[in-house]
Amino acid sequence: MNIDSIVNGIVIDHITAGRAMRLYELLGLGDADCSVAIIKNAVSRKLGRKDIIKIDANLPINLDVIGYVDPGATVNIIREGALSEKRIIGKPLRLTNVIRCRNPRCITSVEQELPHVFCLTDPENGVYRCLYCETKGTAPDEK
Amino acid sequence: MRSLINILDLSTGEIDELIAVAEDIIADPAKYSEACRGKKLATLFFEPSTRTRLSFEAAMYELGGNVLSVSSGASSSAAKGESVADTAKTVSCYADIIAMRHPKEGAPYVASVNASIPVINAGDGGHNHPTQTLADLLTIHREKGRFENLTVGLCGDLKFGRTVHSLIEAMSRYEGVRFVLISPEELKVPSYVKKDVLARNGIPYVQTEDMESVMPELDILYMTRVQRERFFNEEDYLRLKDSYILTPKKLQNARTDLSIMHPLPRVNEISVAIDDDPRACYFKQVLNGKYMRMALILKLLKEAGR
Repeated sequence: MNIDSIVNGIVIDHITAGRAMRLYELLGLGDADCSVAIIKNAVSRKLGRKDIIKIDANLPINLDVIGYVDPGATVNIIREGALSEKRIIGKPLRLTNVIRCRNPRCITSVEQELPHVFCLTDPENGVYRCLYCETKGTAPDEK
Repeated sequence: MRSLINILDLSTGEIDELIAVAEDIIADPAKYSEACRGKKLATLFFEPSTRTRLSFEAAMYELGGNVLSVSSGASSSAAKGESVADTAKTVSCYADIIAMRHPKEGAPYVASVNASIPVINAGDGGHNHPTQTLADLLTIHREKGRFENLTVGLCGDLKFGRTVHSLIEAMSRYEGVRFVLISPEELKVPSYVKKDVLARNGIPYVQTEDMESVMPELDILYMTRVQRERFFNEEDYLRLKDSYILTPKKLQNARTDLSIMHPLPRVNEISVAIDDDPRACYFKQVLNGKYMRMALILKLLKEAGR
């Protein structure tokens, strides 16, 4: 399968197979007015199978979202048809307005203007906890 | 601006300092009777409380300071929809330090990042209650003379009890501490406390449903209330409720130097017959809470340059 290469845009590569749709959703790419291609289950020498997202514009991307959903993913910035920058993200120490606290007793449940902030408390297991009430955040594949 | 939101905001060295100041206050209260002259404590209590609010207010009065008080959410601007952040900014204009209790978890933290004066968490829902832990620590220190090498029994509702979780966190920082967790299956310490606090720090613990069998091992017995509303069915509650009522008979095999503690309020989980036992410390805990709050107010005002 071929997708045209992009001239100016972003390629999110090495996404763990099956996670592209979750990334697409959390990055808000459904609202983008440029072309966005999702390639699922592409053959990968490193991963066996992987997903790829190609965005045909240099949109501002929340890298924390990528690090949260799939810290092994790489972000390639394409300018004038050439690879201009390559970033390996890793797990962010803090997530702001990426996931929401589900604890009904949390202050964020009644004060709508407060940002939903989660801190990485267990890097080994990728556990994030709410800054305010310390409730465990949802896992990337949970909705 | 330094605030106290979680007991772990204080290092063990700072807890030692607070205990030393509290002991000095106990020894010579007159020395501190003007220490906060001209200073105001705002007690913002957005849910009902008797002992904690009175304890903070008594602490400030005994330091020679004054108190501004909101005793319920209904009597404040919160009832009009004011945010915690705006309340904290407003009260910063009137007072020198805030003690806040709020039904929502994290509210005192939000206040602390918006206030220009120190904020003390006086209890946020089922989350944190660090000054209760300070009261517990002073009591342990006064009764035992140390924090190290103690076997601490925690009994009753270990699942939802915020004071239990905070005490486990605080005591886990000392050498040679061992926990005996006494509760029904339904109210065991949550797995994240066992994993993130006990296992991570290599703290030995045992879990049991039988209070009497472990009684001879304990240096401290920290009782909590088993609450009916925590059970899914009435039968389980009826089966278990009397297992965790401390009576003189259950203390037969206890050490003579056991310290019996309870964060209060008590309902029936400690028989009134035990109140006169020299091992009962729960009313001393109340008094110790006031002294630790005095020491804490002094520390935070000093650090804030007030």
